[in-house]
Amino acid sequence: MIAKLKGAYGSGIEPLSYAGQNYMVVDRSLIPEILQVLRNEEQFDYCVDITAVHYPARERQFEVVWVLYSYARNERIRVKTQIADGATVPSSVPIWAAANWLEREVYDMFGIKFDGHPDMKRILLPEGWKGHPLRKDYGILQQDNEWVQINLGIESGQ
Amino acid sequence: MTDSNTLSHLDLETPEKPFLDANELVINMGPQHPATHGVLRVILRLDGEKVLGLECVIGYLHRGVEKIGEHRTYTMFNPYVDRMDYVAAVSNGLGYCETVEKLLNVEAPPRAQHVRVILTELNRIASHQLWLGTHALDIGAITPLFYTFRDREEILKIYEKYCGARLTTHAFRIGGLQYETYTGFEKEVKNFLTFFRPKIDEYEELLTTNRIWVERTKNVGTISAQDCIALGVTGPVLRASGVKWDLRKAQPYANYKNFDFDIPIGENGDTYDRYLVRMAEMRQSVRIIEQAVDALPEGPIIAKVPKVMKPAAGEVYHSIEAPKGELGYFIVSDGSTQPYRVRVRPPSFVNLQALDLMCRGQLVADVIAVIGTLDIVLGEVDR
Repeated sequence: MIAKLKGAYGSGIEPLSYAGQNYMVVDRSLIPEILQVLRNEEQFDYCVDITAVHYPARERQFEVVWVLYSYARNERIRVKTQIADGATVPSSVPIWAAANWLEREVYDMFGIKFDGHPDMKRILLPEGWKGHPLRKDYGILQQDNEWVQINLGIESGQ
Repeated sequence: MTDSNTLSHLDLETPEKPFLDANELVINMGPQHPATHGVLRVILRLDGEKVLGLECVIGYLHRGVEKIGEHRTYTMFNPYVDRMDYVAAVSNGLGYCETVEKLLNVEAPPRAQHVRVILTELNRIASHQLWLGTHALDIGAITPLFYTFRDREEILKIYEKYCGARLTTHAFRIGGLQYETYTGFEKEVKNFLTFFRPKIDEYEELLTTNRIWVERTKNVGTISAQDCIALGVTGPVLRASGVKWDLRKAQPYANYKNFDFDIPIGENGDTYDRYLVRMAEMRQSVRIIEQAVDALPEGPIIAKVPKVMKPAAGEVYHSIEAPKGELGYFIVSDGSTQPYRVRVRPPSFVNLQALDLMCRGQLVADVIAVIGTLDIVLGEVDR
């Protein structure tokens, strides 16, 4: 299947494997099409997870990861794409309804926006919180002191 | 499996319709409501008693587990995962240890695998017992809570004897087990099975044909297999909708492939079917434990793993069938002693997303039943 996709899209797809698990790094511009093809033609009907990884040293800092599973084929695949800070990714809510909260969590934790998401807002942290905690430049003890002071009335902000 | 990409009931186009209709009422349930199983806030939009739609507000228990993972070594992070789904701590530990083992390319020895299966299946029973007790309590049946907690105690006693902890057990280590089983472990587990088998019948006697229970659960919170798949719902909820899918069979981990067991499924995808599926799962767990105890091999309990773990740079996604559904870990290693990124794919979080769909058109009292039947643990939803 990956070979077929590779044949159709050429250099936009880089198939890789680690510890017996297949994944592919896909060019950002091909993402909507590839996800659509995986869902409709390759039967990947279950969107297991959407997440991201932050690599501050890279030029394109974020890697967005989709973990997909096909009930018919009993097979799992990961699709990854690399994007720069501030760039957006097309939402896959129209493809898998499950993507809704998963994308909101990625936005909450990394600040990556998904175009066309029906309700792009924070999910775990409160509205109005500043910063995205899973970025590498966000310290482990860091908090939005101002938010804590105003909303919880704790003067130190911690 | 499904043809259309959109869900008929989910009005994703207009998530925030203004509430102008005079008949519509917006009320808050939670976050301190006893039936929300933790701190879940649900904003209900009602027409009288009928639910038109709802929105979940979560995050009250967010502790930043994934962030903590990036700042601890692989070994140090192990006990933290117990605190996510705290009623199924052993399952969380199994998923984490197996994922790191995949990164390290080691495999736990057979004896460790067997003990892992025994403890994890005991945990599944304990988790389902807690679900049954609280779910029945929410609906108005008080006795099952006493029964299930009385019997769950026996499992916790085994845990306590094995590793000293009852709830957040930290039972497994990367590569195998820390502790050899105590003297009489097999006998006590078998005694428990003999003790527990008639107890399931006892629970069922109270509820399965109880008219009030049936009325409160039949055709309540129905969800189709197609919607389950589109929403990523897994575990007993998916199986109650008729999809015969269990990771223990589909992609066997630990040594589940050596054991003989069935995957119970339902037909209607309603609250009653989910109840039946979980009851049947407890019986299957008993079967698995029995086989595992009988065939418990001798041998080492931990593989050769380095004291300082430095997995080669790479990434692995591995998931297990936790009592609530697919529990996945996605770990990225950069070759250092600490994970570069730990992502937990929590079953409760994803399953909770289906609450809106399942409650539409139901009554307020049914929302309580549906929250119970989804079997969510907020510690895992919020992490």
